[in-house]
Amino acid sequence: MSDNVIVFGATSAMALGAMRRYAAEKARLVLVGRSPEKLDAVRNDLLAFGAASADVVVADLSDLSAQQGAVDAAWAKAEGGADAVLVAYGSLPDQAACQADTDLAVREFNNNGTSAVALCNRLAQKLEERGSGCLAVISSVAADRGRESNYLYGAAKAALATFVDGLFVRLSKKGIRVIDVKPGLVSSPMTAHLKQGPLFAKSDAVGAAIHRAMKNPSFQGTLYVPRVWALVMFVVRHVPEVLFKRVRF
Amino acid sequence: MIVSSWGRYPKVETADVKRLQWLHEKIDFDPEKRYLAYGMGRSYGDSCLNEGGTLLMTRGLCRFVSFDPETGELHCESGVTLREILAFALPRGFFLPASPGTSQVTVGGAIANDVHGKNHHVAGTFGCVVDGFRLLRSTGETLWCSRTENPALFAATIGGLGLTGLILDVKMRLRKVRGPWLRTETIRFGSLREFLQLSKELAPKYEYSVSWVDGTSSGAQLGRGLFMAGNHADVTVEEKKEPFVPKVAFPCEAPEWLLNKLTIRAFNALYWRKTLGERVSGLQHYVPFFYPLDAIEDWNRMYGKRGFFQYQCVLPFGDGEEATAEMLRRISAYGKGTFLSVLKTFGDVRSPGMLSFPRPGITFALDFPNEGKETLDFLSMLDDIVTEAKGALYPAKDARMAPKMFEASFPRLNEFAEHVDPRFSSSLWRRLGGTHVR
Ligand SMILES: Cc1cc2nc3c(=O)[nH]c(=O)nc-3n(C[C@H](O)[C@H](O)[C@H](O)COP(=O)(O)OP(=O)(O)OC[C@H]3O[C@@H](n4cnc5c(N)ncnc54)[C@H](O)[C@@H]3O)c2cc1C
Ligand SMILES: NC(=O)c1ccc[n+]([C@@H]2O[C@H](COP(=O)([O-])OP(=O)(O)OC[C@H]3O[C@@H](n4cnc5c(N)ncnc54)[C@H](OP(=O)(O)O)[C@@H]3O)[C@@H](O)[C@H]2O)c1
Repeated sequence: MSDNVIVFGATSAMALGAMRRYAAEKARLVLVGRSPEKLDAVRNDLLAFGAASADVVVADLSDLSAQQGAVDAAWAKAEGGADAVLVAYGSLPDQAACQADTDLAVREFNNNGTSAVALCNRLAQKLEERGSGCLAVISSVAADRGRESNYLYGAAKAALATFVDGLFVRLSKKGIRVIDVKPGLVSSPMTAHLKQGPLFAKSDAVGAAIHRAMKNPSFQGTLYVPRVWALVMFVVRHVPEVLFKRVRF
Repeated sequence: MIVSSWGRYPKVETADVKRLQWLHEKIDFDPEKRYLAYGMGRSYGDSCLNEGGTLLMTRGLCRFVSFDPETGELHCESGVTLREILAFALPRGFFLPASPGTSQVTVGGAIANDVHGKNHHVAGTFGCVVDGFRLLRSTGETLWCSRTENPALFAATIGGLGLTGLILDVKMRLRKVRGPWLRTETIRFGSLREFLQLSKELAPKYEYSVSWVDGTSSGAQLGRGLFMAGNHADVTVEEKKEPFVPKVAFPCEAPEWLLNKLTIRAFNALYWRKTLGERVSGLQHYVPFFYPLDAIEDWNRMYGKRGFFQYQCVLPFGDGEEATAEMLRRISAYGKGTFLSVLKTFGDVRSPGMLSFPRPGITFALDFPNEGKETLDFLSMLDDIVTEAKGALYPAKDARMAPKMFEASFPRLNEFAEHVDPRFSSSLWRRLGGTHVR
């Protein structure tokens, strides 16, 4: 049976990797994003890959007043409700610029943290009502520890990850699987300006891993992708502060 | 930012790099700057380099636009790689109708060099299977180019070395296959003459063929090698695998001493014996058959930090046969040519491009580690043999030929130059374009 899938931030490169796999299984997809042109390109791509349908909802998800409308519109397009929901949107702020401009810092925190928490809260209500399904939310390994170079982003993702953690416990009792996706470094438009070392994974492979986890009926909880990051972050989380202060990364 | 190509020579300072992500996003062309598209950088020399200029990185233009499972017509953005197309096509019963010896190239790059594959004698070049593409000129204008719309620009862009503008999206035809398997045959040959005979004999029987030739052998063994041929097998095997991911990577730049006469000779001798009998046949997966080198990621690091040259020429049948033998003799005496010596005959399917390299004859490709002047002098000497025999050199693999050689290789150069976009240029073009360069 092919799924009804809603993706928030459907223009994300990582999401594309996951959505192409769903499309190849002839899923019906609903794509939520803020750029109509980008959504159109993604829609065509997924139809070429075999999606039974690909509908578009245009919304800026950081706008809390428009969010419920977007969720309702997407839900209505996914006839019979969503079997799987992926929350993929996010933005990588310039840490230095955020330090100098508090309004910018708050906007970025809202985009990666507050607004994503709000969205997940709304989605939890929908899924709970439906009584089944899977919710995958992309946070980040940056959530695990505050690094000097991107702790504003990390803090927002940490808020999201902690929220999703609690949601996982709450919804698991209702037969709904919740997955907190924590990608390591991934090549995508978001990181295109950074120097790409060997640590960078391909967005398509990460998307494939997300799809795999979402389709696996016995998987829920935290998913580090690629998997080595589970080990890396275990170590990073346990580095004592005196040392953490000294390593630059 | 320093950028280099697959040959890791030359390495040039690029003023600016723009990473394109979405087809609809406008590019503001500054009249003072010079632009060039860069795909996967799998060209060997400086055709994908633009010293002091701007590179438009196309890899982010990686989306499919449509696919017709009835006809096999694929419409995709120009930064999609052939590997991605294969991963898409095979489970749907389709295959690339033409492909070079690596799948790690973009569709845009495959058009700009009008690449050829092992089935050139049957299918022609990559340009032969392209129905059309949208070209962005620096004026901001986009033009659909095909055999009927803007046909001159179509012909100039195929094999046009990225100089006519930026290819945005492409329509091409895939071919039907039953599965990922091929029936292949490997046959040893003892001389160039035997190679030509095999080519003639087996061309009608096999869709794909390529030969490896031992560039180190001499005397009675001169020109010995392995002829490898295959056809798509009529067996359906479920494609269970994800897109092929190399298992091994060349970890770092190799020290210079790694490649010397001894190791090269040993490798070649071993390779020649790889085939146990005179003729070996079997069922083979398409990856090792088409892309043996893709199994080792970054194998170009093997040549160390000075990089290497690949030399690929085509020589007409007839006179070219003696010239090929002469080249083999010189290469063997020089002793620095390495593993990847490839010999193939091109057929007479016409390439649509004005500057397409393939033409009927024998094509010969070989790697040489860069040892400075000595290597350059040797390659110039090979140029003389090629010119004498009315042959041509492949610009996609060139970092050093002289403008004279380029002119002699491409009789339609003047006609082509009229279509070059005034804001597009490359290191290769400035080196070889002569008075055409603006
Ligand atoms: C192991 C190996 C085996 C190979 N075997 C073969 C072979 O069998 N046959 C063969 O023909 N070649 C072969 N090649 C060469 C390779 O196929 C070509 O150089 C190919 O063009 C590289 O594509 P790319 O995407 O890397 O392009 P790049 O090398 O990045 O660029 C090549 C040219 O294409 C232009 N270009 C790229 N994208 C666009 C675009 N969107 N619009 C306009 N211009 C564009 C660039 O400006 C440049 O001039 C081989 C290369 C390797 C490394
Ligand atoms: N790349 C990494 O290294 C990495 C590592 C860890 C976690 N992540 C997280 O992974 C997720 C996917 O990122 P990616 O790597 O795939 O990058 P990406 O391709 O840039 O995707 C992010 C997408 O989110 C969209 N978006 C941002 N804010 C939005 C908003 N308010 N409303 C609607 N859409 C919005 C963007 O749309 P526009 O293009 O229209 O702006 C963009 O398409 C993000 O949550 C990111 O934080 C990434």
